[in-house]
Amino acid sequence: MGAGHVVGRSSFKIDSAPLISGTARFTGDIPVKEPLHLAFAYSQAAHGEIKDIDLSAALQVPGVAAVFHHGNTPHTYFTTAGQGYPEPSPYDYTLFDHHVRFAGDRIAMVGAETQAAARRGAALVIAEIAPLPPLFDPELATAPGSVRLHQDGEHAVIPAAYRPEENVAAEVTISFGDIEGGFEDAAFIEEHTYHTPYASHCAIEPHIVAVEHQPDGRMVIISSTQVPFHVRRIVSRLLDIPLHYIRVIKPRIGGGFGAKQDAVLEPFAAFAALQTGRNIRMELSRREVFVSSRTRNPMRIALKTGVDANGKLTTVHMDALMNTGAYATHALTVLSNAGAKVLPLFNKVENLAFNGKAVYTTLPIGGAYRGYGATQGYFALNQQIDIICRRLGLDPVEYCKAWHIKEGESSAVFEALGEGRDGVSQIIQSCKLSECLDTGARAIGWQEKRGKRMTTEDGRVRGVGMAIAMQGSGIPEIDMGSASMKMNEDGSAQLFVGATDIGTGSDTILVQIAAETLLMPPEKIYILSSDTDLTPFDVGAYASSTTYISGGAVQKCAQKILDRLARVAARMLDCSPEDLLHEPESFRLPGGERKVTFEEILYHATYTAEQCQIQAGASHTSRESPPPFAAQFAEVEVDPETGVVRVLRFVSAVDCGRAINPALAEGQVEGAALNGISFALTEQYRFSESGRMVNPSFGRYGLPTAPDVPEMQTILVDSYEPSGPFGAKSVGEIGINGAAPAIANAICDAVGVRLFDLPFTPEAVYRAIHGADSL
Amino acid sequence: MNGLFLINGTEVEIDFPSDATLVQLLRAHGYTEVKQGCSHGECGSCIILLEGNPVNACQIYAATVTGRKITTGTGLSEFASWSAVKNAMIRRGAVQCGFCTPGVMASAVALLEHTPEPTVSEIAAALTGNLCRCTGYVKIVQAIKDAASEGEQ
Repeated sequence: MGAGHVVGRSSFKIDSAPLISGTARFTGDIPVKEPLHLAFAYSQAAHGEIKDIDLSAALQVPGVAAVFHHGNTPHTYFTTAGQGYPEPSPYDYTLFDHHVRFAGDRIAMVGAETQAAARRGAALVIAEIAPLPPLFDPELATAPGSVRLHQDGEHAVIPAAYRPEENVAAEVTISFGDIEGGFEDAAFIEEHTYHTPYASHCAIEPHIVAVEHQPDGRMVIISSTQVPFHVRRIVSRLLDIPLHYIRVIKPRIGGGFGAKQDAVLEPFAAFAALQTGRNIRMELSRREVFVSSRTRNPMRIALKTGVDANGKLTTVHMDALMNTGAYATHALTVLSNAGAKVLPLFNKVENLAFNGKAVYTTLPIGGAYRGYGATQGYFALNQQIDIICRRLGLDPVEYCKAWHIKEGESSAVFEALGEGRDGVSQIIQSCKLSECLDTGARAIGWQEKRGKRMTTEDGRVRGVGMAIAMQGSGIPEIDMGSASMKMNEDGSAQLFVGATDIGTGSDTILVQIAAETLLMPPEKIYILSSDTDLTPFDVGAYASSTTYISGGAVQKCAQKILDRLARVAARMLDCSPEDLLHEPESFRLPGGERKVTFEEILYHATYTAEQCQIQAGASHTSRESPPPFAAQFAEVEVDPETGVVRVLRFVSAVDCGRAINPALAEGQVEGAALNGISFALTEQYRFSESGRMVNPSFGRYGLPTAPDVPEMQTILVDSYEPSGPFGAKSVGEIGINGAAPAIANAICDAVGVRLFDLPFTPEAVYRAIHGADSL
Repeated sequence: MNGLFLINGTEVEIDFPSDATLVQLLRAHGYTEVKQGCSHGECGSCIILLEGNPVNACQIYAATVTGRKITTGTGLSEFASWSAVKNAMIRRGAVQCGFCTPGVMASAVALLEHTPEPTVSEIAAALTGNLCRCTGYVKIVQAIKDAASEGEQ
C-alpha cells in the first residue's frame, strides 16, 4: 500500500524539537506553588501485621508537616488498575493497611516542605511489625495451610473467579474439543514447563504527580500517567469527590510501557491534598520504582501439545500459574491474555484447553507491561513449536507458514477468552504473517545459517532461531476513544483528543490521520491531548489501542468536519455537496475553474453568511481487535566455555497494517525488541531470602546500553486492515513477544540445549551445557 | 552558600544549599531541560557539558563547579554539530518520549567535537551513559552517524 497525502509517510514527530532542546515540559518541570512533598515509608518485612507505628522521630524532622498511615486514613478498597469501569481487577488495595504484604509495601506517607525532609521523615517512621509467614513460592499459594494475604473484605467488582481465601486472585478456564481423546490419538506429545520472571518497565522518568488546588475549589492533578480519564474516575470514587471537581492533565510523559497504567501515586497525592489543603508534589526514586511500583507478572506455563502424523497441532493444553505479587492489579486480564493473544495463532487446533490461575504471593506487585501476558505465553509456545519441528525434522519457518491463522479465518479462542468476560468472535481480515516469515528469514540468512553451527576460532558457536506472535488492536467492545476538532478561519485547525501520547508519537499519528482525511498539511493541525477538562474521553494508552481506536475517532471526526466544509462550499458555489471534488485544502467543481479554499470557506462561515464555528466530535469503539503479526529472528553466538550468549543480529518483520508513520512504527518495534532481548539475557529481579529485591538500580538490574544492541533490522511488510483508519492496525506491543523464544531457539540451534527458564544468564547457559551441578 | 555559575554563556549568581547537587541547582533555577531519572549517575538524563565534557549533573556538587562552563540542553546550539544532530534525530524518528534526549544530545555533541567522523561503535560507546528504553538506541545511533556524515561533506 503506497503512501497517501500524509499517511504512510514518516512525517516528523511533531513534538521532536522541544523534546530535543528539553523545553517540552514533563510533570516535574511544571512549577507547583508551595507544595507539600510526599514520600512513602515502606515495610522491610515481607509479611506482617503492624502492631504499632512510632512517628515521633519522623515528626521531629524539620519541615515535616503530616504523616498518614493506616490509623488515620480511610480503609476503602479500590484497585489502582487503570482499566474501564467496573474494573476487571479486584478491589484488594487501600491507601494504607495494618497488614503489610511484601518487602516494599507502603506503611506510611510523610508530607514535608522539601522532598529531602519528606524522605528523611519517611526513613524515620518506625513500625513494629509482628511477622507473618511469607509466601514466596506461587506453587504453594493455594496449598492447604498456606498463609492467606487477603481476607478482610477484598472483593471483585465484576462476576469473576476471585477467591482470596485460597490466595486465588483470578482464574480462567476455557476448553473446546476433546482434550483427552486428542492426546490419545496424537502421533506424539510434547509436554514442557516454562518460567518467565519478574521484570521492570524502566521508563526513564519515574512515577511523578502534582496536585494543585484551584480558586474555585477544584483540584488539578498533573500526572505522568497513561490513563488520565481512569485516574480521574479512580480518585473521584475512592475519595468521594465529584468527578467534575477533578481535572487531570497529562504533560509530556517519559515512557510508560504499562507501569503508568496504574494509579500508583495519584490517590495518595489527592488524599493528602484534601487532608492538608496544600498543593502536593510526589515522585518515586528509582529504587522505589523497581521495588514498590509495578512489574511484569512472573508465570509458570506448562504446555502440552499433541501432534498428528502430518505434523499438525491437534491438541493444546496450556496451564498457566501467574504470580500477581501482593496485589492483583491487572491479574485477571494479564492472565487471560497469556492464552487469548497466543492460542489463536495456531487456529487449526481441534482440542484446546487453557487453565490459568493468578495467585497472591508476598512479593512485588505485578501489573500491565508491554505484551501483557502474551509475552509470557509466546515464550512457551514458540519454543514448543521449535521442539516439535526439531522432532519432525521440519523447518519452523515453513511449519509456521503452514499452520498460522490466515485471512478469512477465525479461532474459537477469540470468542471463548476475553478480558474479564467472554471474548468477541472475529474473522481475520489482514494477515501477512507468511510474508513476515519469508522476508524475515531472508534478512537473517535463515537457510544459510540454520543448523550449521558455525564456530569461531575461539570456540564460540552460532545459531539462529525464530518466533512468531500476534497481539491485538484495542480491547474489542470495551475500549473507546474520542476526538473533537474545530477549524479556524485561516484554514488551520485544533484537534482535541483524549488519547495519551506517552512518547509513542500518537499525537503525530492522530494529526496525520486528520490531515489525510481533510487533505490538509499536518503543520496546520494543532493537537491538544489528554486533559480531562478540555479533551473528550479516551481510555488511554494501553492494549495497543491508540492508532486503531483513537485513530478511528479522529478519522470520523475529521470526516464530519469535511462534510460541514463541503456544505458551506456548496452554498458558496451554488451546487450540491456531492458535486464537489475534494482537493488539498479546497473544493473544486469538476470541469471548471470554480473552487473555494478552506480559508475562503471558513472566513465565509465565520463572518459572512453561515456564522457558525465549523466543529465536530466523534467517538469510536470496535467490535474487532485486528491483531498485528510479527516474525522475529535472532542470530546468537554462544560461548560454551563461559555460557555467555551474544545476540549478533535481530530481525523483526511486522504486519501492523498500513503504517501511518513508518519511522515511528519501526521505532516502536526496535524499542520493544531490545526490551525483549534484555528480558531474555540480562534483566533480573534478585531477591534476598527474606524477599527483598537486592538490585534496584538500572545497572544491577541489567538495563541494556547502546553498545549492547545487536545489528537490528525492522521490516514493515505491506498490509492493509480494512477496519482500521487508512488500513492501520497497532504496533506498540507486538515487538516484545518474539525475542526471548527466538533467542532460546537460536541457543538450541547453536549448542543443542533447551532453556525453559528466563533469563539466559551465563550461569544458566553454562549449567544447561555442562550439567546442573557444573557450577 | 552563594556562587557565580556560568550557564549557557551567561553568568548567574545563585544562592544554594551547600549539599545541592548540580542537577538540583539547575532544575531549581529553571533549567528543567536537565532531567532526573535515577539520581545515581546511571541513566544520563541529567548529562550536561562541563567545559565541553559530558558529566552526570546528579553526581556533582554544585559548589564544585562555580565559575566553570556549564552547557545544558538549551545551550547546546552553540556547538557546530548541534543543528545537524538535531535535524537527523528528527528525520530518523529518534525521539520517542524525549526524556533522555537532552542528555543524549549533550553526549552526541561532545563526541562530534572530539571525533567528527565516529564509527557506529564509537557512537554507541559515547552513549553508554545515556539510557533509553523507548528506541532500542537504533535510530539515535543512526541519527548521530547521519549528522557526522553531513559534517564531512
